[in-house]
Amino acid sequence: MGNKWRGYLFVLPALAVYLAFAVLPALHTAYLSFFDWDGVTLGSWTGLDNYAEVFQDPGLRGSVLNALVLVVFFAFLPILMGLAMTGLLARHRRPGMAAFRLLFMLPQVVPLVAVGVTWRWLYGDDGVLNETLSGIGLGGVTRAWLGDFDWALVAVGVVGTWVLSGLCMMLFLSGVQKIDTHLYEAARLDGAGAVREFVSVTLPHLRGEIAVALTVTTVAALASFDIVYVTTGGGPGEETTVPGLLVYRLAFSDGKVGLASALGVVLSLLILVLVYVINRLSRDER
Amino acid sequence: MNTAPRAERWSGYALLTVLAIAVIVPFLSVFLASMQPSGEPVVGMAWPEQWSLENYRNAWSVAGFSELMRSSLIIAVGVVPASLVLAALAGYALGTMRLPGGNAVAALFIAGLTIPVELIVVPLYFDLRTVGLSDSYLGVILVEIALFMPFSVFWMRTHFRTTPQSLVEAARIDGASSATILFRVLLPLARPPLMTLGLLVFMWSWNQFLLVLVLIQDATKRTAPAGLGFFVGQNNTDVPMLAAGTIIVMLPITLLYLLFQRSFVSGLLQGAFKG
Repeated sequence: MGNKWRGYLFVLPALAVYLAFAVLPALHTAYLSFFDWDGVTLGSWTGLDNYAEVFQDPGLRGSVLNALVLVVFFAFLPILMGLAMTGLLARHRRPGMAAFRLLFMLPQVVPLVAVGVTWRWLYGDDGVLNETLSGIGLGGVTRAWLGDFDWALVAVGVVGTWVLSGLCMMLFLSGVQKIDTHLYEAARLDGAGAVREFVSVTLPHLRGEIAVALTVTTVAALASFDIVYVTTGGGPGEETTVPGLLVYRLAFSDGKVGLASALGVVLSLLILVLVYVINRLSRDER
Repeated sequence: MNTAPRAERWSGYALLTVLAIAVIVPFLSVFLASMQPSGEPVVGMAWPEQWSLENYRNAWSVAGFSELMRSSLIIAVGVVPASLVLAALAGYALGTMRLPGGNAVAALFIAGLTIPVELIVVPLYFDLRTVGLSDSYLGVILVEIALFMPFSVFWMRTHFRTTPQSLVEAARIDGASSATILFRVLLPLARPPLMTLGLLVFMWSWNQFLLVLVLIQDATKRTAPAGLGFFVGQNNTDVPMLAAGTIIVMLPITLLYLLFQRSFVSGLLQGAFKG
């Protein structure tokens, strides 16, 4: 024990809380996933049965697939929109951007539960969406969006697009500021138009920001709970269930703690793998 | 970069305005709904005939927002200072000292950056009950500190790594201990990142839903978002009151955001690792 170990005195408090209330529970979840346990009586060891059920049961598998569909709305659409806006706006400095930025980041700040309640009302029978559609002569397509078997998942996804687009856009616009302006001048001297300039200068330099945006939004989609819980509760039928919702329901309503744990583990591994891949790809190509 | 040529400038602003409207409409429509007569059906974005805070008064008392807000505040006020202190200490050591195995410990923290609540919430419900921390603020506070700790440590470590090493060396030559260096030299310089971290942690704590839903069953101890979640279930049909409740839950964090916009925006952009 020398001087060099003494630094750990500073790390210890943070490490202790982290281990006790995050790492240990995570390991406990992994342990519980091997049991058939209702949360009350004595559980019994079932090996990998719970995992088999996660992959075989249509309801559980469906929730993972729904979450992957949400990735399109939470991650791909906001990033595409952010990139498009960056391409259109980044060439010039614009007074008043700070005010727009403040507004565009607001959905990121308010509780997702409140966002969900807001959109429930927008999507309602007499909500803004249906009223607007009727107003422009599209009364035929109005419906209870969140109760519609074909549209509910899309409707939930759009809420995610609304929440995360501003963040992506601002990430990219702030990334553009770091690009050396000489690169743009050189491109312009070479006669590059807006599109060429975007593809050959802006896009390659935003690789880091795109990776961060993709990571954050993908995690938000896969681990989503709040928005789904208050807008649809997983319905209609099982159309909008996500793993988070089923973990909650299985463990605390259905008395299937082991199965809920297995689903939690599978979800976390999926997140881990995707985050790893995203960050690996963004680094390799640099 | 130059200012845009006129045509491009206006098309740019037009685009921004369209997006701004897309962001505002949901907020505006819920606000307008909250101003409609209580209990009556609301259609679209109707302009209220008369402005009144009646729905807010009703929502406040029916949902019990006094207690909900108090719980939210107690939890956030418990989480923020503890997170800052623990993260500053750990970030300092991991960022400026050569600890044996220090990189492995840092990696252990970073590995937790993407831990979803779903991975820890199930056993926590049972474990906290075992140690007598179910339905308690302290239980939620400890779990939230742990949940935000990877980001907090990562954030402070990044900051301390970029402060000039010469400052630390100079103080050490003067005979200052590690603790003195941290508290006298480094922390005063770390005020902006600490401030930003504090705001982010406050926001995550204020907005946390699933964790509170599970760990707090006692209706009098729920937080504001959790209370809103239950309120929705019970008052499905009274749109104006529900809308008022929604605004009440959004308002405190929105005010904080407007008040500290610079820290918030930079924190959200730099710290986008955690949502």
